Amino acid sequence: MVETVTGTFTVKSGHAQMLKGGVIMDVVNPEQAEIAAEAGAVAVMALERVPADIRAEGGVARMTDPSIILDIMKAVSIPVMAKCRIGHFVEAQVLESLGIDYIDESEVLTLADEKHHVWKHDFKVPFVCGCRDLGEALRRISEGAAMIRTKGEAGTGDVVEAVRHMRTVQDNIRKLKNMPYDELVVEARDLGVSVDLLIQTKEEGRLPVVNFAAGGVATPADAALMMQLGADGVFVGSGIFKSGDPATRANAIVQAVTHYNDPKIIAEVSKDLGEAMVGISARSIPENELLASRSK
Amino acid sequence: MSVVGVLALQGDFEEHTAVFESLGAECKQIRLPEQMNDIDRLVIPGGESTTLSRLCSNYGFRDPIKTLASSGMPIWGTCAGMIMLADKITESDPIPLQIMDIEVQRNAFGRQIDSFEQIIPLQGIAEDFNCIFIRAPIVMETGPAVNIIAELDNGNPIAVQEGNLLATSFHPELSNDSRVHKYFLDL
Repeated sequence: MVETVTGTFTVKSGHAQMLKGGVIMDVVNPEQAEIAAEAGAVAVMALERVPADIRAEGGVARMTDPSIILDIMKAVSIPVMAKCRIGHFVEAQVLESLGIDYIDESEVLTLADEKHHVWKHDFKVPFVCGCRDLGEALRRISEGAAMIRTKGEAGTGDVVEAVRHMRTVQDNIRKLKNMPYDELVVEARDLGVSVDLLIQTKEEGRLPVVNFAAGGVATPADAALMMQLGADGVFVGSGIFKSGDPATRANAIVQAVTHYNDPKIIAEVSKDLGEAMVGISARSIPENELLASRSK
Repeated sequence: MSVVGVLALQGDFEEHTAVFESLGAECKQIRLPEQMNDIDRLVIPGGESTTLSRLCSNYGFRDPIKTLASSGMPIWGTCAGMIMLADKITESDPIPLQIMDIEVQRNAFGRQIDSFEQIIPLQGIAEDFNCIFIRAPIVMETGPAVNIIAELDNGNPIAVQEGNLLATSFHPELSNDSRVHKYFLDL
């Protein structure tokens, strides 16, 4: 009998590698999921409400109703992701039992634990987590995250926070690459991460797992900007289905991510997209209402 | 030295590029059909086959890749790339390039939690290759000219070759083992 192993870190992080150069889109029903798949999304995030609505409606935001998730899983053949609250390992267990392809332990939902994240090594399903800097990214990877994304500021349509977080991660990595080995122990202590993980990041010159951009991407040019800043791919949340012509915009963003270095193609796909989501400036949001500040 | 074109529309094209470069091969990432003019081989990487299929249509890749295949250029597809090479898939979407005489089933093992690793002998390539299957497809039918390089215990082929065309269900580009890449460079 040949040994078959499932749920290894290689298989979990490898799935994220297959999503590279692609766009993952937030959807709230099977119809939107089909539009996303038809437009060329590499995966969809099954939600009850997109972040813009969560922000507008307030209240406690929780894991999506399993029946909505299952309907979306039935509707499309591409991978389906879903969000659990930070630290809510039972929501994660439930999502895993549904056969979801990826779990986003997300600051967009209300925190279930103000101090601890889910110990993601316990799961066969892979997790993606948000970060604002290298320390946060590596702490999530230590807990078992197989994919990282910037937090950005979800539901705003304002790319400024995603840019800040991506630039910060890249800058932290550049600094680490030039850091002598004898300074790594103190750096590891300051970041709250293991020296081994720091050494791996230093030597590879990049995060040890796939790193997507998320939180405020609304246009093809936003998506290409994040790719040029070093993202491996892009999440688009409210930006698609809060816009005037979701199918066209979704396809335009897919093309802009492939051709992120080709301004002529980005110009072409940006034509006649209809209205973008209205958006709110991240700067106008009070500090205590920023989703990105909910966890460390 | 031959130039390996790696289709860079979506997927793990960087991973393929890194393995080929470690073997001393020159690589070129391909995002538009005219960029294939000066390549000697082509790889269609792992990724999401529906996305790859749509982008292949959007940018007019279908006929040029078919022409290269019939001219005898070595072409290798991994996972989603295997789906793209197939003559037929068991669902109506996505539409493959219809280059290789195989019928392929997508997501043949189930969802991501069923993704797995297994050591499998690859005939003529390696006795003990660690094959990484991620939401992987399998070959359901093969034409008479198709040689089966490896199959699972249940008899489903997972690595096949038809002359200049190679297809694998799994991802040698993730295995830290360059033997399949070396084999492809020698085709």
